[in-house]
Amino acid sequence: MQTETTNRKLMWWGVNVLVLLYAFVPVVWIISLSLKDDATLNDGNYLPVSPSGDNYAAIFTNPEFLRALVNSIGICAIATFIALVFGTMAAYAIARLDFPGKATIIAVSLLISMFPQIALVTPLFKIETALGLFDTWPGLIIPYITFALPLAIYTLSAFFREIPWDLEKAAKMDGATPFQAFRQVITPLAMPGVFTTAILVFIACWNDFLFALSLTSTSAARTVPAAMSYFTGATTFEKPTGPIAAAAVVITIPLVIVVLLFQRRIVAGLTSGAVKG
Amino acid sequence: MAEIILDNVVKRYPDGALAVDNFNLDIADGEFIILVGPSGCGKSTTLNMVAGLEDITAGKLIIDGQVVNDKAPKDRDIAMVFQSYALYPHMSVGENMGFPLKLAGVDKGTIQKKVGEAAEMLELTQHLDRKPSNLSGGQRQRVAMGRAIVRQPKAFLMDEPLSNLDAKLRVQMRTQVSRIQKSLGTTTLYVTHDQTEAMTLGDRVVVMRGGIVQQVGSPAYLYAHPVNLFVAGFIGSPSMNFLPGQLRGNGMVTTALGEMELPDRCRQAVERSKSSGNVILGIRPEHFEDASLVPGDKQGATFDAPIDIVEAMGSDVFAYFLMKGEEAHSADLDDLAKDTGNDLHADGVPITARLDAASHVQRGKTARLWYDSSKVAVFDAESGNNLAPGDEDVESSSAGAHRA
Repeated sequence: MQTETTNRKLMWWGVNVLVLLYAFVPVVWIISLSLKDDATLNDGNYLPVSPSGDNYAAIFTNPEFLRALVNSIGICAIATFIALVFGTMAAYAIARLDFPGKATIIAVSLLISMFPQIALVTPLFKIETALGLFDTWPGLIIPYITFALPLAIYTLSAFFREIPWDLEKAAKMDGATPFQAFRQVITPLAMPGVFTTAILVFIACWNDFLFALSLTSTSAARTVPAAMSYFTGATTFEKPTGPIAAAAVVITIPLVIVVLLFQRRIVAGLTSGAVKG
Repeated sequence: MAEIILDNVVKRYPDGALAVDNFNLDIADGEFIILVGPSGCGKSTTLNMVAGLEDITAGKLIIDGQVVNDKAPKDRDIAMVFQSYALYPHMSVGENMGFPLKLAGVDKGTIQKKVGEAAEMLELTQHLDRKPSNLSGGQRQRVAMGRAIVRQPKAFLMDEPLSNLDAKLRVQMRTQVSRIQKSLGTTTLYVTHDQTEAMTLGDRVVVMRGGIVQQVGSPAYLYAHPVNLFVAGFIGSPSMNFLPGQLRGNGMVTTALGEMELPDRCRQAVERSKSSGNVILGIRPEHFEDASLVPGDKQGATFDAPIDIVEAMGSDVFAYFLMKGEEAHSADLDDLAKDTGNDLHADGVPITARLDAASHVQRGKTARLWYDSSKVAVFDAESGNNLAPGDEDVESSSAGAHRA
C-alpha cells in the first residue's frame, strides 16, 4: 500500500515536471535571449554566459517603444473597461430576462466572434480612413470592443447563470429596486466572473497584432506588438533579436501583474452558502 | 399584521398553461394558512403571486383592504422565506438580517437593535459576524427566518422552508416556526408538500391539485371530512385505505371485507346522490381493531385478515395485509400514487391497520379484525367525490373568516 502511494506520487511529480518544462522552456529562452549581448547572441548557449542589461537599456531609451507602451496600456485599459460595462449589463439581461430576439442577439454575437479578423482588416481600414479614425486611439479601441464584447458576454452570462435566482427574488422581497438588487446583491457575487472576464479581454487586446499593425501608421496609436516589428538593428543586415526579446519580456510583465492582482479575487465558491445544494 | 384576500385569482402562463384557477381565500389577520398539494399543483405559484414575484392573470389580491395586483413586491410589505434560504453569501449573518432595514433607510442604531432582538429570539446572537457558508443548515434556516422577522412585515410567506433540513431538525424547526408565528401573531401563508407539516402547523389548510383548490378547512376537519378521494388520500399518514365497493339496496355495501351496513348519514346521502352503485370506501388505519379487543356491543363489522407484515411501534401495532379483490382506481388516486412515486401493483386490496399494542396479531397468521363502520367514508367511484362529506356549517364555524 505504502509503496503504491509512493509510486503514484513519483508518477505525478514526473508528469508535473514534464508539463512545467514544456511551459517554461520558451519563456526562459526568451528571457535568456534578452539578457545576451550582441556578441554572444548566437553562441548556442541556452543560458547567457555574461548577462547584460544592454537590450533593456536600448528599448527604454527608444522613444518609439515608450510611446507604444503608453498606447498599449491606455488602449487596452479603455477597451476592457467599456467592454466590461456593456458586457455585464448585456450578460445579465441574457442570463436573466426573457425578451424577444434574445436568441438572435446571442447568435449575432457568436457570429461576430467567429469572423476571421483578417477578412475584416481591409474594410475596417477603408472605414477608418474615411471617418478619420485611422491611426488614433479610438481607431483601435472601437474594433477591440467589438471583438471583446462577445467574449465578455459569454463568460459573464455563464457566471450570472450560476448565481441563484432565489437571491434576486429575496432581494426583491426585502424591498430592493431592480437596480439595488443588481448593485448590492448580484454584482458583488459576480465579481469573480467580472475579474476573470477582465483578464481575458485585456489579454486579447494586449496581444493583438493584426489590427495594431494595419490600423496605425505612426507611433500615435501603435501598440507594443506592432511597434516591435518596426525595431531595427544597428545595421541593415543585423536582426534586432535582442531588443525584440527584451520588449517581449517587458510586455509580458503587465499581464503577469494583472493576473496576480485579480487572481486573489477569483475565489472559487464565493456563492457557497447562499442556497443549500 | 394584515388580512389577505384572494378573490378569483387566476394564473395563466403565456403558453396557455393554467397554473392556478379561480383561487378564493380570505385569510384573517394573524391566521396561519397552509397551502398543500403534490408538486405542480400551483401552490408555489399562488404564493409567488401574493409575494408579487409573479403577475396575476385575473382576479384581485387584496392586502389590508387595498388591491395590490400591480404593486411591486417591495411596496407590499411582506416578507418571504425561501426553500433554498437565499441568504446573501457576501454578507454576514447580521448584515443579511439587517438588509431589508438598510434598504428601507432605517438608521444604523435601530437596525442593530432590531437585528439583535431577532437574533436573540432565534438564538443566533453568537453567529452574527459569521458568513452563511460557515453555518449549518438549521442555522441558515434560522437566519432566513430572522431576515423575515426583523422588519415586522404585514405577512410572512414561506415556501417549503423546512424541506431542506434533515428529518429530526425538521420536527424541531416545525415547533419553532409555530412558536414564532404565535408569539408575533403575523399572518402567515405557508407552502408545503408535506401533509404532516400541514396538519401540525396550520389554523386552516388549503389542499390544491392541478391549480384547483380541493378543500379548505381546519386540519381536523379535512382529516375527518375529506370532500374527495384526493384529499382523503393526501391527508393522513399512513394514508387512508381504499376499497372498491358495490351498493346493494337497503344501505348495504359489499367490499373485499365482506358486507357492511352503511351508517345512517351515508345512507341518506347515497340514496340522494343516485350513485351508479360503484363506490370506493375509505377507512382510516386507526378505525381497524383487533376483534378480540372490541366490546361486543360496539357497532361495526368483522372479517378475517391474512396478516402479511406486523410492525410493532410500541404504542400501536401496524398490520399490513392484502384482501382478495380489485384495487381501487380513480383519477384522484392515480394522481396521488404518481406524486408519491408509488407505482407498485398488488394482487388485491392492500390494507394498513393500526391496532392496539395489546393485539396479538402475528405475521403469516389469519386474524379476526373489526372496523368501525360509522367512521367509513363513501366516495363515488367515478367522480371521486365524498357522497356524505359532512356538515357544511361545521366547516364554516371551524374556519373563522372563511367566506360563506
